[in-house]
Formats: sequence, C-alpha cells, structure tokens
Amino acid sequence: MSGATALGLAAAVRSGERSAAQVVEEHLARIAEREPEIHAFNEVTADHARAVAARVDRIVADGGDPGPLAGVPVAVKDNLCTRGIATTCSSRILEGWRPPYDATVVSRLAAAGAVMVGKTNLDEFAMGSSTENSAFGPTRNPHDTTKVPGGSSGGSAAAVAAGFSPISLGSDTGGSIRQPAALCGVVGVKPTYGTVSRLGLVAFGSSLDQVGPFATTVADAARVCEVIGGHDPGDSTSIPAPFPSVSPHLGDGVDGLRVGLVTEMMGEGIAPDVAARVRAAVEALSAAGAVVEEVSVPAVTFGLSAYYLVAPAEASSNLSRYDGVRYGLRVDAPTTGEMMELTRTAGFGDEVKRRIMLGTYALSAGYYDAFYNTALKVRTLIRADFEAAYERFDVLVSPTSPTTAFALGAKTEDPMSMYLNDVCTIATNLAGHPAMSVPYGVGDDGLPVGVQVLAPTLGEVPMFRVAAALEGSLG
Amino acid sequence: MIDGWEVVIGLEVHAELSTRTKLFSAATNEFGGDPNTHIDPLTLGLPGSLPVLNEHAVELAIRVGLALNCTVQRSVFARKNYFYPDQSKNYQISQFDLPINVDGWLELPDGSVAGIERAHLEEDTGKSTHIGGGGRIHDAEHSLVDYNRAGVPLLEIVGRPDLRSPEQARAYVAELRSVLVAVGASDGKMEEGSMRVDCNVSVRPTGTDELGTRCEIKNINSLRSLGRAIEYEASRQVDLITAGERVEQQTRHWNEDEGRTHKLRSKEGSDDYRYFPDPDLVVLDPGADWIERVRAGLPMLPAARRHRLAERSGAPLTQTALIVERGLDDLCLATIDAGADPTRTITHAEHNLSDERARDLDPAAFARLVSMELDGKLTATQTKTVLADLVAGGGDPEAIAAQHGFEAMETGELEGLVDGLIESNPAEWQRFCDGDAKVTGFFVGQVMKATQGKADGKVVTALLNARKSS
Repeated sequence: MSGATALGLAAAVRSGERSAAQVVEEHLARIAEREPEIHAFNEVTADHARAVAARVDRIVADGGDPGPLAGVPVAVKDNLCTRGIATTCSSRILEGWRPPYDATVVSRLAAAGAVMVGKTNLDEFAMGSSTENSAFGPTRNPHDTTKVPGGSSGGSAAAVAAGFSPISLGSDTGGSIRQPAALCGVVGVKPTYGTVSRLGLVAFGSSLDQVGPFATTVADAARVCEVIGGHDPGDSTSIPAPFPSVSPHLGDGVDGLRVGLVTEMMGEGIAPDVAARVRAAVEALSAAGAVVEEVSVPAVTFGLSAYYLVAPAEASSNLSRYDGVRYGLRVDAPTTGEMMELTRTAGFGDEVKRRIMLGTYALSAGYYDAFYNTALKVRTLIRADFEAAYERFDVLVSPTSPTTAFALGAKTEDPMSMYLNDVCTIATNLAGHPAMSVPYGVGDDGLPVGVQVLAPTLGEVPMFRVAAALEGSLG
Repeated sequence: MIDGWEVVIGLEVHAELSTRTKLFSAATNEFGGDPNTHIDPLTLGLPGSLPVLNEHAVELAIRVGLALNCTVQRSVFARKNYFYPDQSKNYQISQFDLPINVDGWLELPDGSVAGIERAHLEEDTGKSTHIGGGGRIHDAEHSLVDYNRAGVPLLEIVGRPDLRSPEQARAYVAELRSVLVAVGASDGKMEEGSMRVDCNVSVRPTGTDELGTRCEIKNINSLRSLGRAIEYEASRQVDLITAGERVEQQTRHWNEDEGRTHKLRSKEGSDDYRYFPDPDLVVLDPGADWIERVRAGLPMLPAARRHRLAERSGAPLTQTALIVERGLDDLCLATIDAGADPTRTITHAEHNLSDERARDLDPAAFARLVSMELDGKLTATQTKTVLADLVAGGGDPEAIAAQHGFEAMETGELEGLVDGLIESNPAEWQRFCDGDAKVTGFFVGQVMKATQGKADGKVVTALLNARKSS
C-alpha cells in the first residue's frame, strides 16, 4: 500500500532526481483518492505543503542543503501545535484555535526539510485506543475499513499505512503510538521520556506523554527520532543530550544480544494468533544469534490500574485551562462560572469527561494517598521490576496489542475492554522507558500483528537493532 | 490591647521578586503597562506551552531565605488547582509540602524575634475587573482580565503566630520589607502590590495557651491599614466571645474607608486544591555550593547593622533602629571612627539628619563638627545650623561656622553681660533667686539677643546659678 521510504525520497530530492513538489503532489493525489474512506486527517494542509515543497526545491536549485528529510511528506498528529494552522486535539473545545507557534518537533522536522501534508485525527485529547473518541468522527484502518486503526494516534498510523505520507508523528501516553502502529502494520516508536521535546504537544498526562514517529521502515523511524529528538531548553523534563545515534547501528545485528520474552504479556488475554507471531519473532532473533529467554516482570500487571490514576489525575489538571475564557469554544451564559461549566460540558466528549472525573477524584483530599500516591508507588515498583529484568537482558519483547484490529464500535460501550488494549504498552510509559512496535506478519484474520521491543532508559540502540533484525527476518 | 485578652497574629506576606522576566517564562516582569502586553503563550496558558524555571527568581528566593535564617532545601513545585478566570491554566504553580525555605526567624528592631514557618516560590495571578452589578464576579455584566501580572514570581513568606500587638505586626512587616530591599529581592512597595499582606488574627484570654479560631484578613494595603485591621478584628472577636458566640473561621476583607472587616467566605470545610507535584517541572535542588555562594554575597542585614551600631556607640537598639532604617549607620560608624563622640553622633543622626542627602555626608567633616560642639566652640543650636549646611552642600564645618559668624564667646565676655542684666533687671533676678525656674528663659533670651545667638545657653544658665549661690 505504501510507496517509497522517507530516506529514499529525501535522497532523490536532495540529489535533484525528483522535486519536492512532485513528491508532494503524488502524496496529495493519494490522499485525495483514499482519504474520504479512511479519514486520517482533521485537515489536509495542501497549500502549506506546496509552499514548503517549493522552498525545498529552491534550496536544492541554489545548491544549498535542504536537510536530511528534504521533501518528505509528513502527517502530524493534531495535538501538536502548528503555527497558524488549526490544532484541535479532535475536540470541540479547541474550535477555531490556531497556535501562534510550532511545537519543537514540528519546527525540527521543518528545519530538516520535511513537508507537513496534514493534521491527523486522534481520540479526543489522545484519550482512547481506537480513534473513535474523535469529535470529528472515527478514522478507519486502511487494511480493512470496517476495523479501527487503533489509537489514540490512529490518524497518523493510518496515514502512513495508506501511503498518504511515508512518516508521521504521534504521541504516546500509554501506547498511543505503538498500538495503532501494530494495528495498521507500520513501525511506531515511543522514545525514552525526555529524549523528545514536549513543548508544543498539547498535554494529556505530562509525566507519561512522549512524541514519536510512525514509518514504514525501521530506518525511517530511526532517522525521524534523530531529527526530532535531543535537548530542548524549553521543556524542563528534556534530557540535556542529543538523541541516541541509532541509525549507524541498524545493521549491527543481534548476535549475542540478550532478549527477554515477558511472561506476563504472553498469557491470558493475548490472542493465540498474536502470541504465535511473537513466538515466531523471538525464534527469528534466536536464529540471528540473540540469546532469548522468558522473563517475569511481575509489577507490569499493576500497570493498568496505576496508569488509570496517574494519567487522569494529570489530565484533570492539564485540561482545566479549557474554560472558554481565552481561546477555543465559549458557550455564553449570564455568569463566568456558568459560562465555564456550559463550555466544558459542550466542548468535551464522554471519554474526556470520564477521565477528568476519575483524575479529580484521585487527587481529592482524603483520597490522594489511597489513589494517586499509591499509583506513584506502583510506578516505582514497575520501574524496579523492569530494572531487575534489564540487569539480565538488553531488550524485552512482547506483543504490542493483545489482538489485531477490532471492528468499529466493538468496544465503545465498554471502557474497560477498551482500556485492556493497552495492557502491554502502558507499563513502559509509567517507567519512562523506550519501546517500539514492529510489524511482524498477520494474524488469522489477515490483519497486521505488531511485536513490541522494549528497552531501558536510553536503550534505543539495542532496541532499534532488534527492530531492524525483525524487519530483516521477514525478508 | 483589650484588657484580659491577648491577640495572636500571624502574617503571610507575598513579595513580588524583582526579576526581569516571569517565574516560568520569558515574558517581562514589569508593573503596569497596557493590559495584556506582558504576556506570552505560557502566561495565557495556551495549549502546549511549558514552564521553565527562572534561575534568578530562585537566587532571590534563596537570598531571602538565608536573610530570614531559613534552611534552604530541595523543593518541589506543585499545582494548586482551582478555577478562576485570572488564572490562565486554572491551576497555580506553587510549592506545597516541600518549599524552598523553611524554619527561619526575623529579628524585630526591639530585639524580639518572630518565627518564619516557610518562604516558598509561586506564580502570581492576573487581575480581573468586573463591570456592572456590584463589581463582583457573581453579578457582573462582563469581566475583563489582564494577564500582565500572571506568572510574576512571588515569594510567600509565612510567619508563625508569634506577634502579639498591632505595633509588633507593623514592625514585622516594616522589618521584612527592609530585609527584602536590602537583599535586592523586591522593591517592597505595598502601594503597587509588590508586597501584599494577609493577616491571621485570633484572640484568647490572657494567660491561656490554646489558640483561638483565627480569621484571615485580606486587602491590607498599608502598614496603617494593618494596624487598624488588627485592632478592629481583635475587638470584633472579643465582642463575639464575650457575647457567648463563637468565632467562625473565615476569610475577611478589610474595608479601609469603613474601617472594618467583613466576611468574604467561610473557611470551615477548607477548600480542596488537589495539590500534586507539577509533572512539567523537575525537583529544584540548588545544592550546597550555590547556597553558600549566595550566602557569601549577602549584604549586611538591618538587624546586624542595628547590633553593630549599638555595640560601637553604646546606644540602645531602639535608637539605632531608626538610624539603620534611614541608612545612616555606616555614616555614624565612620564618624565615630574619625574621632567623634559616639553619643553626640547618634543624637545628631536621630534628631538632625532626617534629610535623605544626609547619607552622603562626609564623616570627617561631621566628626570635626561634633568635636567643635563638644569643645564648646559651637552651641547646640549653632551645631545644628552648620550640620544642615553640611548636609545640603558639604564643605568645611569651621568655614561654615565662620560664615555664620559663629564664634564661641569668651566666658569672661558672657560674665559681663550676665552681670549687667542682673543689675538692670532686679525684679526678675529676685524671682530667679527665689527659685522661679521660668525666669531663666528670660535671662538666656536676653543674652542670646545681645549676642545674636552666639552664646551657649547652658553656659549662661551655669553663670546665673553661680551668681545666685555666690
């Protein structure tokens, strides 16, 4: 379904073999063709894309350096601020708001010569696992449009899977890049917390949120990480170092690497066809010289409960700024208090309201210790259990999602079953570690299965080596 | 202040720190300006904006902490969640269970000591103006918000309930202001709101230890209001209790024009701000090196200046306090070092040097003037005149005295004058001899008139007494 790789396109544009304008038009044509059935985008920024492509072509014509991603179309999740271009978080409450600035990741991509072709759909404020919680309607899985693309970065995953752009940006708070990557059959990376700037990412769960790429190849994903990552003084939680240099190591192989298969993520709740693909993956790694063993990381089983206290708690505070006073939706009322109340009632969808309530409750006097504080302790425990595992293993492996893509509407009535989708991905965010999903064949229904590669803090190099080896083993 | 009752006062002072930019963003920190001109994405709480801590604000907070004898510790910024339009994020970034400064004290001019519980960093809010209705948010036709002040760094200095009178409370605030100004942390201007005082007041029967229910008074804009508000509030509470009612824990608003406080809201069943550590910020750990560098750079503080001057001059602390407040202690010390009599130097500084320019007085000239006076070359009145000239334009005290024609009169010359007056005013002299002290003024006045003020009044009195007993 997808076309050339980002690195291939950039090389062609840089050498003058192809023009950025040409590349962009091809992708816009593909969008025009399939977007009506997929709905990956909240807005296709065609004019912007053409203007940027023309600029890239001028730089090439003038003999300048157009950047490592010259002319590469990129789709950007609509919770990343884009100067002068609507940023909605797929919520009514941000209606009409145009940020006066670009997110750091957006400006770094632009500086690298990439061309933004659109803002992608998501579950409202990134809360969800199917992109059905969008105020603007769901996104559909390009592999089967009766199925969800996963979420919350479903639009970005679908855009890459449909060939709308070879790369895209998403954000991952509990699996929101990796799970849709798995369901859409593309590569998705959640880097180490602090390696990619959050400045300009509309916050959901600030201590968990991390921006990362979708791509069709591991090498493209690696390059995007290197471009968007690295210290940003505008984000206090940013690690003061460049992003780990992963690209040079993609061909290093996995000989001698110690790979642990996480027991807790292979048992109950994991579909047999998905588990089978994961076993095939570790066998491939073993064949390539990796030392594979099963390992128990007991605390990950508490991940879901801890996550659904920490993330909503932070969200309840982060989302309190949407009150109709300064920007976005305002529902007029006789008093300021009523105006705020009516605005929030009309502006937020059910899932967002549910999490604001959960979080407000978890932080309330008398409940703080029982809920929020306990969740923080569990978080410490999870980190400790992972660290123990990483004393013995360079990386861990698991399924990304318990199942392949499910049907639209299948889980919308039951929040708990929706939450369980993130059972394999959530612990990573609580630990602040990196993890990525690599497509590894299909399940019984012919839909993509993703294998998750997990690594310790700043363990991106071994993580990408394993991902590259898995990609290579599929031939 | 009310017989049989003790008033217990604890003050919370918010001081705006004199930084160039705001606590967490590069927007300018400046008083005034057209509405919404000192703003940026963070100030407005725009989606995607993030806070970055202002290092200079931390430095100033540490300076104040050390000046207040606090322990400077590893601290955490927390979010205080509540909805209000002048707060753009609907949470305030403050410090909660781990503030930067804890457990200090402030020494007041009278030598008493008031405890400081904590002094923590937080951001200021914007300002709302409610148009129509009663000018309050609930019944306004519309409201306007100015975010210029939002995000300005504040240090909230929470005092312990150690103060026992309106005078002491005023002295505490005045002293705190001197400390803030001395360390360069704040301009301390109450009238511009760069120093704001919330006052907790409770009363209890004298001699008891248990604290009464307190009320917090807001909107105190001057030291005078502070004293008046405490007096009003204490008697209100005593009246309630003596009438058999109980004091309800409330936040009360001081109305300067009416001279009374009125209830703003009840604090029983206290607000739930859902504090939690701000995940956008990291732990603030200044480390011993930074703290010690700040300590080493601190100027001498008012209390130390008062003690230093008191030790050097022998004057009591209460007297040196005024001199330190006027910034004249360095001058006094230099003058004493230049050989002047300490007591006379302090007396002049207290009574005759209220002019702001006095700080620039040449200590050597001041010292010579004090010595001239003590040597009897100038009278007290003449000395004061010369001193005023020195303050106004500098110069040499001998030359100024000469210009004024101030030459000390020979005692012999004075004796002749006094004898002449006794002779020509026998009735008055008789009254003087009968012990009528009032008539002394008559003789001294006559001598002054005859000498155009050059005579020393004390010498004249001494001569009169000598004649009487001879």
